[in-house]
Parts: sequence; C-alpha cells; structure tokens
Amino acid sequence: MAAQSPAAPRLPVNFSTRVDEVSSRARLARFIRVVVVIAVAIIMLIPVTWMTLTAFKSRPDAVAVPPKIFFQPTLEGFVSLLTDRRQLTTEQIAEEQKRTDLTWIDQLALSRGQVITGPSDYPQRLLNSIIVAGVSTVFSVGLGLLSAYSFSRFSIAGAGDLLFFILSTRMLPPVVVTIPLFLMYRALGIYDTHFGLILLYTVFNLSFSVWLLKGFIDEIPREYEEAALVDGYTRLQAFRKIVLPQSLTGIAATTVFCLIFAWNEYAFALMLSADRARTAPPSIPSVLGTGGIESAAIAAGSLGFLIPVVIVTFALRKYLLRGVTFGAIRQ
Amino acid sequence: MSNVTLQQITKRFRQVTALEDVSFSVNHGEFFVLLGPTGAGKTTTLRIIAGLEKQDAGSVLFDGTPVDGLMPADRDIAFVFQQYSLYPTMTVYDNLAFPLRSPLRKMPEAEIKERVTRAADILRISHLLDRKTARLSGGEMQRVSIGRAIVREPRIYLMDEPLSNLDAKLRESLRVELQHIQKTQSSTILFVTHDQIEALTMSDRIGVLREGRIVQVGTPNDIYDRPADTFVAQLVGSPRINLLPARRDNGTVLVQDSPLHLPAPKTTHAQFLVGIRPEDVKPVPDGAFSGTVALTEPLGVETIVHIRAGGQTLLSIVPGLTDLRIGDEVRYSVAPERLHYFDPEGMRITSS
Ligand SMILES: Nc1ncnc2c1ncn2[C@@H]1O[C@H](COP(=O)(O)OP(=O)(O)O)[C@@H](O)[C@H]1O
Ligand SMILES: [Mg+2]
Repeated sequence: MAAQSPAAPRLPVNFSTRVDEVSSRARLARFIRVVVVIAVAIIMLIPVTWMTLTAFKSRPDAVAVPPKIFFQPTLEGFVSLLTDRRQLTTEQIAEEQKRTDLTWIDQLALSRGQVITGPSDYPQRLLNSIIVAGVSTVFSVGLGLLSAYSFSRFSIAGAGDLLFFILSTRMLPPVVVTIPLFLMYRALGIYDTHFGLILLYTVFNLSFSVWLLKGFIDEIPREYEEAALVDGYTRLQAFRKIVLPQSLTGIAATTVFCLIFAWNEYAFALMLSADRARTAPPSIPSVLGTGGIESAAIAAGSLGFLIPVVIVTFALRKYLLRGVTFGAIRQ
Repeated sequence: MSNVTLQQITKRFRQVTALEDVSFSVNHGEFFVLLGPTGAGKTTTLRIIAGLEKQDAGSVLFDGTPVDGLMPADRDIAFVFQQYSLYPTMTVYDNLAFPLRSPLRKMPEAEIKERVTRAADILRISHLLDRKTARLSGGEMQRVSIGRAIVREPRIYLMDEPLSNLDAKLRESLRVELQHIQKTQSSTILFVTHDQIEALTMSDRIGVLREGRIVQVGTPNDIYDRPADTFVAQLVGSPRINLLPARRDNGTVLVQDSPLHLPAPKTTHAQFLVGIRPEDVKPVPDGAFSGTVALTEPLGVETIVHIRAGGQTLLSIVPGLTDLRIGDEVRYSVAPERLHYFDPEGMRITSS
C-alpha cells in the first residue's frame, strides 16, 4: 500500500538528473566558461610566473634576448639579494679558488668574481615590513571595529558629520602631505621608527576600516544582541559572543585590504624611514646598486615580498568566500 | 498580585508618539494578550518592559517595585522577538543553552543539558539539536526561539507576534502548545499580536492598543460582548461586526437606508451607530425583516450570507451550508438583546 504511494521513498538515484549536467548546451556553456577562466588566469599569472622564473636565472639568462623560458636554474639571485659582496681582482680570484673551506654560497659568489662580506639588509627590511604592516593592520581593524560598532548601534550626536570627517582624511593625495609629515616626524623624534610608520598607516587605514566594517555590522540585526542582553549578557559580552563571530567576514576583508595597503606603501616609507625602520618596498629597487641591474636579485626580492601577503589572504579565504554568500541567505 | 505593571508610560521617537499614557498590569500566572494593528506600539511596549528602550515618562513596576534603572540582563525576563533572533553561527543546542550560559547564572553544564533536553522535548525539536539554525524551516526556527525562552523560568515571557510568520496549520498547533505550556507551568506571558483569533483563543485577558493608547482591557468575553468603542468592535470578530448609522424615533431606532427598526437604548442620544454581530442576524422563515441575498461565502462549518436590505448590506453567519442562492428573498431576525450602541464618536453607550 505504502510502496505504491508516490511519496514513498524510492531507490536512490545514482545518476544526476540536474538539467545543467545532462543538457548538451549546458555542458558546452560550462566548457566555455572553464576555458575562459583558465585563459584569464594564465594572463593574470604571466607577470608573477615571469618574476618567479627570473629569480632563478643567472645574470646572462635574465637579460638574454630573446627571453629564455628554459634555462639552468641557479640561486645566484637569492645569494645577491641576501648578501653584501665585494668585487675581486683576477689574482684574488685565483687565490680564493685554491681555498677548500668555501661553502656552496661562497663558490656561487666566486663564480661571478665576488666575495661575500656579510649578510644584506634585506631580511631586516622584510622583518620591518612585517612588523609595520602587521601591527598597523591589527590596530586599524581593531579600532575600526569598535568605532564602526558604535556608529552602527548607538545614536551619536553628529554621526553623519563625524563619518564624513573620518572619510575626508583620505581625500588629500599622500604626496601632498609627505613633506610636512617628514618635518613633523623629525621634530617629534619619530622619524625612521617603527612607531612612526605604524602610527601613520593606522591613521590612514582607519577611515577605510571604519566605513567598511560599519557596512558589515549594519547588516547584523540588532535583535541578535538585544536577545543576548535580555538573556543575561552585558553589551561587551554580547559583542564578543554575537557580533564578533558574525562579522568575521567583514573583519577578514578589511584585514586583507589594510594589510595590502600597509605592505605595499612606498612613498611614505621612502620619506619617513632611512635605515632602522625602512620597509621592503623602498629597499628592493636599491638592490639595483652594485655593478649593473641585478634582475635576478630584484625578482627574488619581489618574490619574497609577495609571499607573506599571499599566505595571509590564503589563510583568510574561507571567511572572504563566505562573505559573498552571507547576504544572499539572510531573509 | 500583579507581576508587571505599566504606569502612564509615554514614549516618543522624535515627532512620532509611539505610546501615550499607557497603563495596565499583568498578573502572576496570567496569559495577557496585547492586541492592536501594526504600528500601534506593541513592540515598543515590550521593549520598554525589557529595558531595551527607555520611556520618556511613566514607570515599569515588577511586583510593585520600579525597575526603570535596571539593565535588561537584570530584569529576569525572556523575550521572543518578532524576527527570528537565533544565532546562525551556533547549533540549535547552543542557541537553547545560550541564556543558561550567561555569566549571571553560573549554571553547571549538567543542569543546562537537562533543561535544554526538557525544553526540546516539550517543543518536539529534540531531533534538531545538532543542526545549525540557518537551514531550519520557519516553524522550526520559531520553536527554537520559544525554546530559548522556556529553558529559563523568568518572571515573565514577552512574546512579540511569535506565530505571525507561520502558515495557518503550524500557527494553530503552536498556539495550542503555548497555551498548554503556560497552563502546566503556570507561567506569566505577555503576548503581542495583531490577530484577533489568537487574542481571543489564548488569553486570560486582552489589552487593546490603538495608536499608542490602551482603549480597553478585559477578558475575551468583555472585549467581544462589550467592546468599548467601534474600533474594538471591528477589531475582534470575524466576519466583522455590522456597523450601521441610525437615529432615534421615540422608542425605536431607525437604521438609515434600511427597513431595520430596533429597540432604542435608554439614553438621550439622537444619533447612533448600531453594531450587530453577524451571528445575531438569523435568516428564519418568520423573521421580522426582509432582504435579498447578495452573496454567499460557504466556509464549510458555516456560511457567510450577505443580505441586502435597502441601502445597507448585513452580514449574517449561518451554521453549515445553506440553500440560499444569490438573488433569493430572505426573511431574517435580529437578536434585540445582543445589540451594541455607540455614540457618533464611536464610544459605547451603556443602556441601563
Ligand atoms: N526605533 C524607532 N524609531 C522611530 N520610530 C519608531 C521606532 N520604533 C517604533 N517606531 C514607531 O513607533 C510606532 C509603534 O511602533 P511599534 O511598537 O513597532 O508598533 P507595532 O509593534 O505595534 O507594530 C510606529 O509608528 C513606529 O513607526
Ligand atoms: Mg511589532
């Protein structure tokens, strides 16, 4: 009796009946989509790929015309990037070659007629970049989250004007303010300090972070927190338990944007740092230094510079992707 | 003993007056329904009791003590919101346990588990406990919302139209369940709705709210049989009460544009509005008045008959199905002792 009724469970269907998987036109459309995506991806990845290849080329290979796609990979570029070297005379080279205590790094330098005099600044610069970008991002997102929450939830006198004021800090082109900032920083004694750069990047990113996060928090219905308030939680506890988990998407997106800005910033870093706090962007071109353009070293430096941001973005991708669907599900 | 009392509460949002001089009390163990159309100020009333909104004037008393300075967390109330307020990042279990895990309560996990299990049993959502709330159906979400209130034993449950987003069948079953829970646990509920059926069926007492003012407070019988004004008379009862303009002629009341003449109340008013409930208009062979059938709406258990007489159309409700066809002549009577008289301003005239 029950087996005959149309609602009764039937044998499981182990082939797809979805229109987009059986219709030939749908399959063709999907094929075209995949081809287009792959083509676009290749075009976008060419510069990165070329940079990666160059980082492993020897000096002649790097500047060869026509460009070489197949070559003997070498770590010369990385050695140039990470060491300071001195050019040797022919006699000195012959003398050095007799030594037996040379490491493969020394030999690599020697093959180009150079001797390593010490480590280069690059690791320190990269570390500076990580400190400055990392700390300033934490501060801009943290402070931005608190202000965005306040703007979103409390009735603040002149909230609109305040928000516009916050945005207006972005309206001046950075080049206009670098010289005054340089003078001020010198007078305050924060020129060429981590603190100086962190402060500047935090202030600069804060406007962006407040606006972006306010949009995300506005999307979270107040009832969620109010329910928590009624259920015996304080506002701070409600914020931590309810608002924070639900704004992870916004926090991730804002973090990535703030980090990329602070990480890539060139003009301010060039003007406001010299040595102790100098970040990677202004220092990579300075590898150009000794004896002609070291394309491989520059490529290696850029590659190292690229990796931290890629790691962070990749780590946060789960939240970034969820952001795309979040608005669609809520009713 | 009154559990929650509102004393002359007034609340304004800039130029909009949401509540004006609202006073009423909810007694211990009472199912009190606040009934009113959308925008009447029902949600605002609940939010003020919960402490989520601050009134401009007046006072909220719990057991006779003002609580106007207390934070929502310290008021010991449970709130079921009009929109679902389940946390999408948590499972159903965690949603139900959330109020119990409040730092205020310091409840051991074992007791939390026991209470959550019991509430889930009562609401028949035990099979959902491990699910995330985002993919629940509307009815399931609303059960969980109610469950989050009943895991606690608060002073009062505030429920803001908890059934209005559900389809008719679910609404009916949840209505019965809620009443059952309230009666077996003798808890106090302040329930807000715009649905007069919900109000009449569930409540011990009803407060009718109109444009921020309380128009009438009373038992369902009071509200239905002795509406304070035409607004209340029209708000409760389905189909709507027949409301006809009329004037006095000595001892009788003549309905305008109609053959109807009815006994007059013992007052001096010259103009009236007469209210006749559809069930009090009875098509009978020897009825005193005649008219023609303009329309019939068979509903199964009963049929609504539209009777046209003069310039007026009277609604009548008859049990079961009827043989009456559109255009038929029909005789009908009106129960004289069940008439409602209102003055031209719409206020009830008490004829005694
Ligand atoms: N936060 C608010 N800001 C401005 N006006 C509000 C606010 N909350 C409610 N109101 C107004 O107060 C009145 C009553 O609203 P509400 O209590 O939500 O009514 P109900 O719940 O009965 O539909 C409405 O006119 C509404 O527009
Ligand atoms: Mg409402």
